[in-house]
Amino acid sequence: MSPALELRGVSVRRAGRAVLTDVSLAVAPGEMLGLVGPNGAGKTTLLRAALGLQTRSAGEVILAGRPLETLGERQRAEGAGYLPQERRVAWNMPAEDIAALGAARLSPRDGLALARACLDELEVADLARRGVLDMSGGERARVLLARLLATRARLLVADEPAAGLDPEAQLLILERLRRRAADGAAVIVTSHDLTLAARACDRIAVLHDGVLRALGAPGEALSPEVLAQVFGLDGALIASPAGLTLAVRRLAAATAPR
Amino acid sequence: MRLIGLLILLLAAALALSVAFGETQLNLGQYQAAFTDPGSPPGVILFAIRGPRAACAALVGAALGLAGAVMQGLLRNPLAEPGVLGVSAWSGCAAAVAIAVGLGAAPGVLEGAALVGALAAGGVIAILAARFREPETLILFGVALSAMGGAMSSLVFNLSPSPVTTADILNWLLGSVANRDWSDLALALIPMGVGAALCLYAAGGLRMLTLGEEAAALSGLPMARLRVAAVAGAALLTGASVALAGVIGFVGLAAPHLVRGAAADDPARTLVPSAIAGAILLTLADLLARVIPTAEELRLGVVTALFGAPLFALVAWRAARSWRS
Repeated sequence: MSPALELRGVSVRRAGRAVLTDVSLAVAPGEMLGLVGPNGAGKTTLLRAALGLQTRSAGEVILAGRPLETLGERQRAEGAGYLPQERRVAWNMPAEDIAALGAARLSPRDGLALARACLDELEVADLARRGVLDMSGGERARVLLARLLATRARLLVADEPAAGLDPEAQLLILERLRRRAADGAAVIVTSHDLTLAARACDRIAVLHDGVLRALGAPGEALSPEVLAQVFGLDGALIASPAGLTLAVRRLAAATAPR
Repeated sequence: MRLIGLLILLLAAALALSVAFGETQLNLGQYQAAFTDPGSPPGVILFAIRGPRAACAALVGAALGLAGAVMQGLLRNPLAEPGVLGVSAWSGCAAAVAIAVGLGAAPGVLEGAALVGALAAGGVIAILAARFREPETLILFGVALSAMGGAMSSLVFNLSPSPVTTADILNWLLGSVANRDWSDLALALIPMGVGAALCLYAAGGLRMLTLGEEAAALSGLPMARLRVAAVAGAALLTGASVALAGVIGFVGLAAPHLVRGAAADDPARTLVPSAIAGAILLTLADLLARVIPTAEELRLGVVTALFGAPLFALVAWRAARSWRS
């Protein structure tokens, strides 16, 4: 099956500086890819470049089997939905109206029904009529994710969807994205929580200083070497009853003479 | 829809009040005379003086209310409106230049200048909005644009060839709908109609922008085209308003603010109610300007500024709180 998204040698320069260098990767339908890396590694830039929101200095992006530039607005929207990291919402619209923005291609009635179903899926159906600015940050994050789910795009791209949420909500959000992948969508998530990413994703892409350092199954990509060189961590991913867990300490602490 | 119906009823009442009251008190017999013979003195008062004046206030109010709602949706900012962003100031300045060079009376020149000024300011705002995403930043640029428009208008005063011209410009900049006739209105209807159509076309895009530029970019809507339509539409509405009635501020701020809650905070569903609310506000403001007993009749722009500026502070207070969260 052709990939939902393919990047071929994508580079991005900003203000004369290389932010992303020669990144190639592909995500297949039904696959969930975790994009990880330290702050400033270029994760968001990579997502934005993949979606045509960021000018590339080199490389090609193939979305749904066609070069991104040849797709019209509608085809692009069917090919990919995007949840930016920024959770600022301009107006205090009710949650269900916000979620329904994802379903703009449906009739208003069908869009609202789908929006409610997606809110229900994220266990915030009871907040459907509440204004998003009157909610807690965690509630708003779920409503915004419901909007992404309602796009039903072939590729769902979520930038830090679980950041700043309590543990139960983080697991719920990753689980729901995982379910979309099981239903045949391709999913890309970024996360600062390596344990969370390793548990939820089929493959992990590790980005460091704009370069793709590792790509593979979680245990493979997040090897002790990568953890040390990219994240400055001493340790490894270990199997636990609940799934993979990161057991690490700061490398500096480990090497420093006591 | 219930909201729109209610607003239309209120507008009808405001217009009726505006036509019924004025400097000359008419008695019941005179009203009867006006309706049986429109050419009689009471008929002239009602149909040739108060009628166009009230309609003009309503039309300008509707245009500014709609322009304000569109700018707020586009810039995702409850403080945006033609006056605050400097669109009115640039439009007024361009028209002032037309008056100063002696072309104020030539047909269409003042109107054209006002439209050009508004479109230029709208273009600058659109460019700035594409570069700077933070809603607070854009308001600061708006302050700068307003100040530039004001400074250029002062320069026009400064260089104005005669005191008569200066008085002409000042009179006109203060904003008024007095002494307009039906043909003035008809002329303004063309750019206003085009502007309103562009704004309504952009409505879906404004709703999508609630989530920010990036989510909207992948929504499947032709955002670039909708954004141009919104800017051009709001600028045409503002320019035509300035051409018809001078610089009148804060209607574009107040009208959306009043109806937003009843329209579920939806930028698209706020548009039509904002237009009607703007019409009601300006009709009542003009009535107030006429019935308050002052030696010199109050100018409409002065009345709206007196009420609007404190409201601006209130909206800023609320917006600042929501931006912090």
